[in-house]
Amino acid sequence: MFKPDLTRADVTPEGVWMNRRKLISALGAGSIAGGLGLPALAQDEELTPHTWEQITGYNNFYEFGTGKGDPAENAGAMETQPWSVKVDGLVDNPGDYQLADLIGDIPTEERIYRFRCVEAWSMVIPWNGFELNKLLAKVGVQEGAKYVAFETAVLPDVMPGVNYPILDWPYREGLRLDEAMHPLTIMATGLYDKPIPNQNGAPMRLVVPWKYGFKSIKSIVRISLVEEEPHATWNQSNPREYGFYSNVNPEVDHPRWSQASERVIGSGLFGKRIDTLMFNGYADQVASLYEGMDLRENF
Amino acid sequence: MTAAATIGARISGVGRAIPSWVVYLLGIVPGAWVFWQAVNGAYIEPVEKIEHEFGRLALQFLLASLTITPLMRFARINLVKFRKVFGLLAFGYVAAHFLVWLLLDLQLRWGQIAGDIAKRPYITVGFLAFLLLIPLAATSWQGAIRRLGAVAWGRLHRLVYVVALLGVVHFAMQERVWSLELILYIAASVVLLGLRFTWIRRW
Repeated sequence: MFKPDLTRADVTPEGVWMNRRKLISALGAGSIAGGLGLPALAQDEELTPHTWEQITGYNNFYEFGTGKGDPAENAGAMETQPWSVKVDGLVDNPGDYQLADLIGDIPTEERIYRFRCVEAWSMVIPWNGFELNKLLAKVGVQEGAKYVAFETAVLPDVMPGVNYPILDWPYREGLRLDEAMHPLTIMATGLYDKPIPNQNGAPMRLVVPWKYGFKSIKSIVRISLVEEEPHATWNQSNPREYGFYSNVNPEVDHPRWSQASERVIGSGLFGKRIDTLMFNGYADQVASLYEGMDLRENF
Repeated sequence: MTAAATIGARISGVGRAIPSWVVYLLGIVPGAWVFWQAVNGAYIEPVEKIEHEFGRLALQFLLASLTITPLMRFARINLVKFRKVFGLLAFGYVAAHFLVWLLLDLQLRWGQIAGDIAKRPYITVGFLAFLLLIPLAATSWQGAIRRLGAVAWGRLHRLVYVVALLGVVHFAMQERVWSLELILYIAASVVLLGLRFTWIRRW
Protein backbone atom coordinates (compact mmCIF):
# COMPACT_ATOMS: atom_id res chain seq x y z
CA MET A 1 0.00 0.00 0.00
CA PHE A 2 1.31 3.41 -0.98
CA LYS A 3 1.99 6.03 1.68
CA PRO A 4 2.51 9.66 0.78
CA ASP A 5 5.45 11.25 2.54
CA LEU A 6 3.47 14.24 3.75
CA THR A 7 0.76 13.49 6.30
CA ARG A 8 -1.71 15.29 8.57
CA ALA A 9 1.16 15.85 10.97
CA ASP A 10 2.81 18.05 8.36
CA VAL A 11 -0.16 20.38 8.29
CA THR A 12 0.68 23.30 10.52
CA PRO A 13 -2.32 24.69 12.41
CA GLU A 14 -3.31 27.97 10.79
CA GLY A 15 -2.54 30.12 13.85
CA VAL A 16 0.95 28.72 14.24
CA TRP A 17 1.41 29.00 10.49
CA MET A 18 0.60 32.71 10.49
CA ASN A 19 3.03 33.37 13.33
CA ARG A 20 5.73 31.45 11.53
CA ARG A 21 5.10 33.43 8.39
CA LYS A 22 5.54 36.67 10.27
CA LEU A 23 8.73 35.35 11.84
CA ILE A 24 10.10 34.14 8.51
CA SER A 25 9.31 37.32 6.66
CA ALA A 26 10.71 39.42 9.52
CA LEU A 27 13.93 37.42 9.43
CA GLY A 28 14.00 37.63 5.68
CA ALA A 29 13.51 41.38 5.65
CA GLY A 30 16.13 41.86 8.32
CA SER A 31 18.74 39.85 6.57
CA ILE A 32 18.08 41.48 3.20
CA ALA A 33 18.85 44.76 4.90
CA GLY A 34 21.84 43.24 6.63
CA GLY A 35 23.55 41.88 3.56
CA LEU A 36 21.39 39.14 2.07
CA GLY A 37 22.37 36.23 4.26
CA LEU A 38 18.97 34.54 4.31
CA PRO A 39 17.95 32.31 7.21
CA ALA A 40 18.32 28.56 6.85
CA LEU A 41 14.60 27.84 7.00
CA ALA A 42 14.27 26.62 3.43
CA GLN A 43 14.09 22.94 4.36
CA ASP A 44 11.24 23.51 6.73
CA GLU A 45 9.50 25.92 4.39
CA GLU A 46 9.09 23.28 1.73
CA LEU A 47 6.71 21.21 3.85
CA THR A 48 4.51 24.09 4.94
CA PRO A 49 1.06 23.48 3.45
CA HIS A 50 -0.60 26.48 1.92
CA THR A 51 -3.71 28.20 3.14
CA TRP A 52 -7.15 27.89 1.60
CA GLU A 53 -6.86 31.52 0.46
CA GLN A 54 -3.58 30.90 -1.33
CA ILE A 55 -4.62 27.63 -2.96
CA THR A 56 -7.92 29.05 -4.15
CA GLY A 57 -6.71 32.57 -4.96
CA TYR A 58 -3.71 31.92 -7.19
CA ASN A 59 -4.61 29.69 -10.12
CA ASN A 60 -3.97 29.05 -13.77
CA PHE A 61 -7.30 28.15 -15.37
CA TYR A 62 -7.26 29.97 -18.71
CA GLU A 63 -10.91 29.18 -19.41
CA PHE A 64 -11.64 31.79 -16.73
CA GLY A 65 -8.93 34.27 -17.75
CA THR A 66 -5.15 34.35 -17.94
CA GLY A 67 -4.50 36.31 -14.73
CA LYS A 68 -3.74 34.35 -11.57
CA GLY A 69 -6.69 35.95 -9.80
CA ASP A 70 -9.12 35.60 -12.71
CA PRO A 71 -10.27 32.05 -11.92
CA ALA A 72 -11.20 32.95 -8.34
CA GLU A 73 -13.07 35.97 -9.65
CA ASN A 74 -14.85 34.36 -12.59
CA ALA A 75 -15.30 30.65 -11.88
CA GLY A 76 -18.18 31.05 -9.43
CA ALA A 77 -20.76 31.08 -12.21
CA MET A 78 -19.93 27.53 -13.33
CA GLU A 79 -22.67 25.06 -12.39
CA THR A 80 -21.14 21.74 -11.32
CA GLN A 81 -24.31 19.94 -10.32
CA PRO A 82 -25.38 18.00 -12.27
CA TRP A 83 -22.10 17.14 -13.98
CA SER A 84 -21.84 14.62 -16.74
CA VAL A 85 -18.68 12.73 -17.70
CA LYS A 86 -18.31 10.83 -20.94
CA VAL A 87 -16.26 7.64 -20.69
CA ASP A 88 -15.28 6.16 -24.03
CA GLY A 89 -12.64 4.38 -26.06
CA LEU A 90 -11.20 1.03 -25.04
CA VAL A 91 -13.36 0.47 -21.95
CA ASP A 92 -15.83 -2.24 -20.91
CA ASN A 93 -18.43 0.23 -19.67
CA PRO A 94 -18.53 3.28 -21.92
CA GLY A 95 -21.25 5.90 -21.54
CA ASP A 96 -22.34 9.31 -20.38
CA TYR A 97 -22.30 9.15 -16.61
CA GLN A 98 -23.61 11.45 -13.97
CA LEU A 99 -20.57 12.15 -11.82
CA ALA A 100 -22.22 10.71 -8.71
CA ASP A 101 -22.95 7.45 -10.56
CA LEU A 102 -19.37 7.26 -11.77
CA ILE A 103 -17.50 7.96 -8.52
CA GLY A 104 -20.15 8.09 -5.78
CA ASP A 105 -19.14 4.76 -4.27
CA ILE A 106 -15.37 5.30 -4.32
CA PRO A 107 -14.15 6.34 -0.86
CA THR A 108 -11.98 9.46 -0.73
CA GLU A 109 -8.85 10.06 1.29
CA GLU A 110 -6.56 12.99 1.97
CA ARG A 111 -3.33 13.38 0.03
CA ILE A 112 -0.94 16.20 0.85
CA TYR A 113 1.13 16.80 -2.25
CA ARG A 114 3.68 19.25 -3.48
CA PHE A 115 2.36 21.13 -6.52
CA ARG A 116 4.96 22.52 -8.93
CA CYS A 117 3.87 24.79 -11.77
CA VAL A 118 5.87 24.86 -15.00
CA GLU A 119 6.19 28.63 -14.35
CA ALA A 120 8.58 27.80 -11.48
CA TRP A 121 6.36 28.39 -8.48
CA SER A 122 5.04 25.84 -6.02
CA MET A 123 2.58 25.12 -3.24
CA VAL A 124 1.75 22.24 -0.92
CA ILE A 125 -1.88 21.22 -1.21
CA PRO A 126 -4.04 18.95 0.94
CA TRP A 127 -6.29 17.28 -1.63
CA ASN A 128 -9.20 14.94 -1.02
CA GLY A 129 -9.74 12.35 -3.68
CA PHE A 130 -9.13 8.80 -4.77
CA GLU A 131 -6.63 6.95 -6.89
CA LEU A 132 -7.45 7.20 -10.58
CA ASN A 133 -6.80 3.45 -10.93
CA LYS A 134 -9.96 2.83 -8.87
CA LEU A 135 -12.06 4.71 -11.38
CA LEU A 136 -10.32 2.95 -14.27
CA ALA A 137 -10.99 -0.43 -12.65
CA LYS A 138 -14.67 0.49 -12.47
CA VAL A 139 -15.00 1.37 -16.12
CA GLY A 140 -12.86 -1.61 -17.15
CA VAL A 141 -9.74 -0.96 -19.18
CA GLN A 142 -9.58 -3.12 -22.28
CA GLU A 143 -6.62 -4.86 -23.85
CA GLY A 144 -4.79 -2.52 -26.20
CA ALA A 145 -5.40 0.69 -24.25
CA LYS A 146 -2.06 2.45 -23.77
CA TYR A 147 -3.03 5.98 -22.77
CA VAL A 148 -5.74 7.85 -20.91
CA ALA A 149 -7.01 11.09 -22.44
CA PHE A 150 -8.92 13.78 -20.54
CA GLU A 151 -10.97 16.81 -21.54
CA THR A 152 -12.06 19.90 -19.64
CA ALA A 153 -15.54 21.34 -20.01
CA VAL A 154 -16.08 24.16 -22.52
CA LEU A 155 -18.84 26.44 -21.23
CA PRO A 156 -18.77 29.69 -23.23
CA ASP A 157 -21.53 31.25 -21.13
CA VAL A 158 -19.53 31.09 -17.92
CA MET A 159 -15.95 30.75 -19.19
CA PRO A 160 -14.86 34.07 -20.70
CA GLY A 161 -11.53 32.61 -21.86
CA VAL A 162 -12.94 30.02 -24.26
CA ASN A 163 -14.40 32.78 -26.42
CA TYR A 164 -10.85 33.68 -27.45
CA PRO A 165 -8.50 31.40 -29.37
CA ILE A 166 -5.72 31.68 -26.75
CA LEU A 167 -5.58 27.87 -26.64
CA ASP A 168 -7.11 25.17 -28.78
CA TRP A 169 -10.23 24.45 -26.71
CA PRO A 170 -11.25 22.16 -25.18
CA TYR A 171 -8.26 21.86 -22.86
CA ARG A 172 -6.97 18.32 -23.20
CA GLU A 173 -4.38 16.26 -21.38
CA GLY A 174 -3.20 12.68 -21.29
CA LEU A 175 -1.18 10.13 -19.38
CA ARG A 176 0.45 6.88 -20.28
CA LEU A 177 -1.62 4.05 -18.81
CA ASP A 178 1.07 3.09 -16.25
CA GLU A 179 1.25 6.72 -15.11
CA ALA A 180 -2.52 6.81 -14.81
CA MET A 181 -2.54 3.55 -12.80
CA HIS A 182 0.19 4.73 -10.42
CA PRO A 183 -1.05 5.03 -6.84
CA LEU A 184 0.22 8.63 -6.60
CA THR A 185 -2.12 9.69 -9.42
CA ILE A 186 -5.43 10.83 -8.01
CA MET A 187 -8.71 12.36 -9.01
CA ALA A 188 -9.34 15.20 -6.56
CA THR A 189 -12.84 16.22 -5.55
CA GLY A 190 -11.99 18.13 -2.39
CA LEU A 191 -9.58 20.49 -0.70
CA TYR A 192 -9.12 20.85 3.07
CA ASP A 193 -12.05 18.41 3.48
CA LYS A 194 -14.36 20.76 1.61
CA PRO A 195 -15.71 20.33 -1.92
CA ILE A 196 -13.08 21.49 -4.39
CA PRO A 197 -13.78 25.10 -5.47
CA ASN A 198 -14.53 25.81 -9.12
CA GLN A 199 -11.27 27.68 -9.68
CA ASN A 200 -9.35 24.59 -8.61
CA GLY A 201 -11.18 22.32 -11.04
CA ALA A 202 -14.56 21.37 -9.61
CA PRO A 203 -16.17 18.96 -9.50
CA MET A 204 -13.33 16.57 -10.37
CA ARG A 205 -9.76 17.11 -11.51
CA LEU A 206 -6.64 15.11 -12.07
CA VAL A 207 -3.62 15.48 -9.77
CA VAL A 208 -0.27 14.06 -10.89
CA PRO A 209 2.15 15.41 -8.29
CA TRP A 210 5.41 14.57 -10.06
CA LYS A 211 4.44 16.45 -13.23
CA TYR A 212 4.12 20.16 -13.90
CA GLY A 213 0.74 21.46 -12.82
CA PHE A 214 -0.73 21.92 -16.29
CA LYS A 215 -0.85 18.12 -16.69
CA SER A 216 -3.32 17.98 -13.79
CA ILE A 217 -6.35 18.83 -15.91
CA LYS A 218 -9.36 20.46 -14.26
CA SER A 219 -13.16 20.13 -14.44
CA ILE A 220 -13.07 16.89 -16.39
CA VAL A 221 -15.98 16.00 -18.69
CA ARG A 222 -14.42 13.21 -20.71
CA ILE A 223 -12.12 10.27 -20.05
CA SER A 224 -11.00 8.14 -22.99
CA LEU A 225 -8.85 5.03 -23.05
CA VAL A 226 -6.85 5.12 -26.26
CA GLU A 227 -4.08 3.37 -28.09
CA GLU A 228 -2.11 6.37 -29.40
CA GLU A 229 -0.49 9.20 -27.45
CA PRO A 230 -3.37 11.65 -27.06
CA HIS A 231 -3.56 15.36 -27.84
CA ALA A 232 -2.27 17.47 -24.96
CA THR A 233 -3.11 21.17 -25.17
CA TRP A 234 0.13 22.87 -24.13
CA ASN A 235 2.21 20.23 -25.86
CA GLN A 236 0.38 20.90 -29.11
CA SER A 237 0.40 24.67 -28.71
CA ASN A 238 4.17 24.73 -28.24
CA PRO A 239 5.89 21.33 -28.53
CA ARG A 240 9.34 22.86 -28.02
CA GLU A 241 8.40 24.24 -24.63
CA TYR A 242 5.95 21.73 -23.21
CA GLY A 243 6.58 18.02 -23.57
CA PHE A 244 3.96 15.32 -23.38
CA TYR A 245 5.55 13.93 -20.21
CA SER A 246 6.36 17.24 -18.48
CA ASN A 247 7.82 15.52 -15.45
CA VAL A 248 9.24 17.98 -12.93
CA ASN A 249 12.96 17.97 -13.66
CA PRO A 250 15.39 20.59 -12.32
CA GLU A 251 17.98 19.56 -14.90
CA VAL A 252 15.85 20.10 -18.00
CA ASP A 253 15.07 23.80 -18.36
CA HIS A 254 12.09 25.31 -20.05
CA PRO A 255 13.52 27.09 -23.14
CA ARG A 256 12.56 30.43 -21.65
CA TRP A 257 13.41 29.93 -17.98
CA SER A 258 15.33 27.72 -15.62
CA GLN A 259 13.56 24.92 -13.78
CA ALA A 260 16.39 24.54 -11.25
CA SER A 261 14.57 26.39 -8.49
CA GLU A 262 11.13 27.64 -7.59
CA ARG A 263 9.37 30.38 -5.65
CA VAL A 264 7.18 29.11 -2.85
CA ILE A 265 3.84 30.86 -3.14
CA GLY A 266 2.91 33.05 -0.22
CA SER A 267 6.40 33.27 1.26
CA GLY A 268 6.21 37.03 0.91
CA LEU A 269 8.36 39.72 -0.57
CA PHE A 270 11.53 38.23 0.92
CA GLY A 271 10.62 34.54 0.78
CA LYS A 272 13.49 32.20 -0.01
CA ARG A 273 13.64 30.44 -3.36
CA ILE A 274 14.06 26.68 -3.01
CA ASP A 275 15.76 24.10 -5.18
CA THR A 276 13.39 22.09 -7.34
CA LEU A 277 13.42 18.35 -6.64
CA MET A 278 13.64 15.62 -9.27
CA PHE A 279 10.11 14.39 -10.02
CA ASN A 280 9.01 17.08 -7.57
CA GLY A 281 10.31 14.98 -4.69
CA TYR A 282 8.54 11.77 -5.76
CA ALA A 283 11.52 10.13 -7.51
CA ASP A 284 11.52 7.12 -5.17
CA GLN A 285 7.97 6.31 -6.17
CA VAL A 286 7.93 7.13 -9.88
CA ALA A 287 11.46 7.09 -11.34
CA SER A 288 11.03 3.42 -12.30
CA LEU A 289 8.22 4.39 -14.71
CA TYR A 290 10.83 6.08 -16.90
CA GLU A 291 13.69 3.62 -16.62
CA GLY A 292 15.77 3.55 -19.77
CA MET A 293 14.13 6.69 -21.14
CA ASP A 294 16.15 9.78 -21.99
CA LEU A 295 14.37 12.41 -19.90
CA ARG A 296 16.00 15.18 -21.91
CA GLU A 297 14.47 13.79 -25.10
CA ASN A 298 11.17 12.88 -23.46
CA PHE A 299 10.77 16.07 -21.43
CA MET B 1 -7.06 78.30 -37.82
CA THR B 2 -8.98 75.10 -37.31
CA ALA B 3 -10.77 73.88 -34.25
CA ALA B 4 -8.15 71.16 -33.85
CA ALA B 5 -5.40 73.76 -33.71
CA THR B 6 -7.29 75.66 -31.03
CA ILE B 7 -7.68 72.52 -28.95
CA GLY B 8 -4.00 71.80 -29.48
CA ALA B 9 -3.07 75.25 -28.24
CA ARG B 10 -5.31 74.84 -25.24
CA ILE B 11 -3.80 71.46 -24.28
CA SER B 12 -0.33 72.95 -24.72
CA GLY B 13 -1.34 75.73 -22.36
CA VAL B 14 -2.51 73.28 -19.71
CA GLY B 15 0.76 71.37 -20.16
CA ARG B 16 2.76 74.54 -19.60
CA ALA B 17 0.86 75.22 -16.40
CA ILE B 18 1.67 71.83 -14.87
CA PRO B 19 5.12 71.71 -13.33
CA SER B 20 7.26 68.67 -14.22
CA TRP B 21 7.64 67.60 -10.60
CA VAL B 22 3.89 67.05 -10.38
CA VAL B 23 4.09 64.56 -13.26
CA TYR B 24 7.09 62.83 -11.66
CA LEU B 25 5.10 62.44 -8.47
CA LEU B 26 1.99 61.19 -10.26
CA GLY B 27 4.14 58.76 -12.23
CA ILE B 28 5.66 57.28 -9.10
CA VAL B 29 2.28 56.78 -7.45
CA PRO B 30 1.22 53.52 -9.22
CA GLY B 31 4.57 51.83 -8.53
CA ALA B 32 4.68 53.03 -4.94
CA TRP B 33 1.11 51.87 -4.42
CA VAL B 34 1.82 48.34 -5.71
CA PHE B 35 4.97 48.16 -3.58
CA TRP B 36 3.09 49.35 -0.50
CA GLN B 37 0.37 46.77 -1.12
CA ALA B 38 3.01 44.05 -1.54
CA VAL B 39 4.74 44.99 1.72
CA ASN B 40 1.39 44.82 3.47
CA GLY B 41 0.60 41.34 2.22
CA ALA B 42 -2.11 42.27 -0.27
CA TYR B 43 -0.84 39.83 -2.91
CA ILE B 44 -0.51 36.07 -2.70
CA GLU B 45 2.63 36.29 -4.84
CA PRO B 46 4.10 39.76 -4.16
CA VAL B 47 7.45 39.28 -5.91
CA GLU B 48 5.84 38.31 -9.19
CA LYS B 49 3.31 41.10 -8.78
CA ILE B 50 5.78 43.96 -8.29
CA GLU B 51 8.22 42.53 -10.82
CA HIS B 52 5.53 42.44 -13.49
CA GLU B 53 3.94 45.77 -12.54
CA PHE B 54 7.26 47.64 -12.58
CA GLY B 55 8.08 46.16 -15.97
CA ARG B 56 4.65 46.98 -17.29
CA LEU B 57 4.83 50.59 -16.04
CA ALA B 58 8.28 50.97 -17.59
CA LEU B 59 6.97 49.89 -20.97
CA GLN B 60 3.92 52.13 -20.69
CA PHE B 61 5.96 55.22 -19.78
CA LEU B 62 8.45 54.42 -22.53
CA LEU B 63 5.66 54.26 -25.12
CA ALA B 64 4.10 57.40 -23.62
CA SER B 65 7.40 59.24 -24.09
CA LEU B 66 7.27 58.31 -27.77
CA THR B 67 3.88 60.00 -28.21
CA ILE B 68 5.20 63.48 -27.35
CA THR B 69 7.05 64.27 -30.57
CA PRO B 70 4.27 63.08 -32.93
CA LEU B 71 1.75 65.10 -30.92
CA MET B 72 3.96 68.13 -31.51
CA ARG B 73 4.50 67.47 -35.21
CA PHE B 74 1.05 66.39 -36.22
CA ALA B 75 -1.32 67.98 -33.72
CA ARG B 76 0.68 71.01 -32.61
CA ILE B 77 0.28 69.89 -29.03
CA ASN B 78 3.35 70.96 -27.14
CA LEU B 79 4.04 68.67 -24.21
CA VAL B 80 7.74 68.41 -24.94
CA LYS B 81 8.84 69.05 -21.40
CA PHE B 82 7.11 65.82 -20.34
CA ARG B 83 9.11 63.68 -22.78
CA LYS B 84 12.06 63.67 -20.42
CA VAL B 85 9.76 63.08 -17.43
CA PHE B 86 8.20 60.01 -19.05
CA GLY B 87 11.61 58.77 -20.19
CA LEU B 88 13.10 59.04 -16.73
CA LEU B 89 10.04 57.42 -15.15
CA ALA B 90 10.44 54.56 -17.62
CA PHE B 91 14.12 54.26 -16.66
CA GLY B 92 13.28 54.28 -12.97
CA TYR B 93 10.72 51.53 -13.38
CA VAL B 94 13.07 49.44 -15.53
CA ALA B 95 15.77 49.75 -12.87
CA ALA B 96 13.26 48.76 -10.16
CA HIS B 97 12.06 45.85 -12.32
CA PHE B 98 15.66 44.69 -12.80
CA LEU B 99 16.47 44.97 -9.08
CA VAL B 100 13.37 43.02 -8.06
CA TRP B 101 14.34 40.27 -10.49
CA LEU B 102 17.94 40.24 -9.24
CA LEU B 103 17.37 40.52 -5.49
CA LEU B 104 13.89 39.24 -4.71
CA ASP B 105 13.12 36.82 -7.54
CA LEU B 106 16.44 35.16 -8.35
CA GLN B 107 17.92 36.19 -4.98
CA LEU B 108 21.43 36.61 -6.30
CA ARG B 109 21.72 33.03 -7.48
CA TRP B 110 24.50 34.18 -9.79
CA GLY B 111 24.79 30.94 -11.75
CA GLN B 112 21.13 31.06 -12.66
CA ILE B 113 21.26 34.82 -13.31
CA ALA B 114 24.22 34.56 -15.70
CA GLY B 115 22.65 31.54 -17.37
CA ASP B 116 19.34 33.36 -17.80
CA ILE B 117 20.94 36.45 -19.30
CA ALA B 118 23.08 34.42 -21.70
CA LYS B 119 20.71 31.61 -22.65
CA ARG B 120 17.19 32.94 -22.39
CA PRO B 121 16.36 35.30 -25.22
CA TYR B 122 13.59 37.18 -23.42
CA ILE B 123 15.90 37.96 -20.53
CA THR B 124 18.79 38.80 -22.87
CA VAL B 125 16.49 41.18 -24.72
CA GLY B 126 15.17 42.79 -21.55
CA PHE B 127 18.64 43.16 -20.09
CA LEU B 128 19.91 44.74 -23.30
CA ALA B 129 17.01 47.21 -23.26
CA PHE B 130 17.93 48.16 -19.70
CA LEU B 131 21.61 48.67 -20.64
CA LEU B 132 20.73 50.82 -23.65
CA LEU B 133 18.49 53.00 -21.52
CA ILE B 134 21.34 53.87 -19.14
CA PRO B 135 23.20 56.29 -21.48
CA LEU B 136 19.91 57.97 -22.32
CA ALA B 137 19.04 58.52 -18.68
CA ALA B 138 22.61 59.68 -18.01
CA THR B 139 22.37 62.33 -20.74
CA SER B 140 18.86 63.49 -19.95
CA TRP B 141 19.98 66.79 -18.30
CA GLN B 142 20.28 70.08 -20.16
CA GLY B 143 24.06 70.28 -19.83
CA ALA B 144 24.48 66.99 -21.63
CA ILE B 145 22.85 68.40 -24.75
CA ARG B 146 25.31 71.30 -24.74
CA ARG B 147 28.31 69.07 -24.15
CA LEU B 148 27.40 66.51 -26.78
CA GLY B 149 26.02 69.01 -29.24
CA ALA B 150 22.38 68.89 -30.22
CA VAL B 151 22.96 66.74 -33.32
CA ALA B 152 24.98 64.04 -31.56
CA TRP B 153 22.62 64.11 -28.61
CA GLY B 154 19.63 63.65 -30.90
CA ARG B 155 21.31 60.79 -32.66
CA LEU B 156 22.17 59.09 -29.35
CA HIS B 157 18.60 59.42 -28.17
CA ARG B 158 17.29 57.60 -31.21
CA LEU B 159 18.39 54.57 -29.20
CA VAL B 160 15.04 54.91 -27.48
CA TYR B 161 13.41 53.42 -30.59
CA VAL B 162 15.54 50.32 -30.22
CA VAL B 163 14.77 50.18 -26.49
CA ALA B 164 11.02 50.41 -27.11
CA LEU B 165 11.21 47.65 -29.66
CA LEU B 166 13.24 45.46 -27.30
CA GLY B 167 10.84 46.23 -24.49
CA VAL B 168 7.81 45.09 -26.47
CA VAL B 169 9.66 41.99 -27.68
CA HIS B 170 10.69 41.23 -24.10
CA PHE B 171 7.07 41.48 -22.96
CA ALA B 172 5.88 39.37 -25.90
CA MET B 173 8.42 36.62 -25.26
CA GLN B 174 7.48 36.08 -21.63
CA GLU B 175 3.77 35.85 -22.46
CA ARG B 176 2.40 32.35 -22.90
CA VAL B 177 -0.45 33.37 -25.18
CA TRP B 178 -1.49 36.30 -27.39
CA SER B 179 -3.14 38.52 -24.81
CA LEU B 180 -5.04 41.73 -25.57
CA GLU B 181 -2.44 43.68 -23.61
CA LEU B 182 0.36 42.33 -25.80
CA ILE B 183 -1.53 43.18 -28.97
CA LEU B 184 -2.05 46.75 -27.71
CA TYR B 185 1.68 47.20 -27.00
CA ILE B 186 2.58 45.85 -30.41
CA ALA B 187 0.06 48.14 -32.10
CA ALA B 188 1.26 51.18 -30.15
CA SER B 189 4.91 50.50 -30.91
CA VAL B 190 4.25 49.87 -34.60
CA VAL B 191 2.37 53.16 -34.92
CA LEU B 192 4.77 55.22 -32.81
CA LEU B 193 7.94 53.84 -34.40
CA GLY B 194 6.39 53.75 -37.87
CA LEU B 195 5.64 57.48 -37.64
CA ARG B 196 9.36 58.17 -37.28
CA PHE B 197 9.94 56.86 -40.77
CA THR B 198 7.75 59.62 -42.12
CA TRP B 199 10.14 62.30 -40.90
CA ILE B 200 13.49 60.65 -40.41
CA ARG B 201 15.15 60.36 -43.81
CA ARG B 202 18.74 60.01 -42.79
CA TRP B 203 20.13 58.09 -39.88
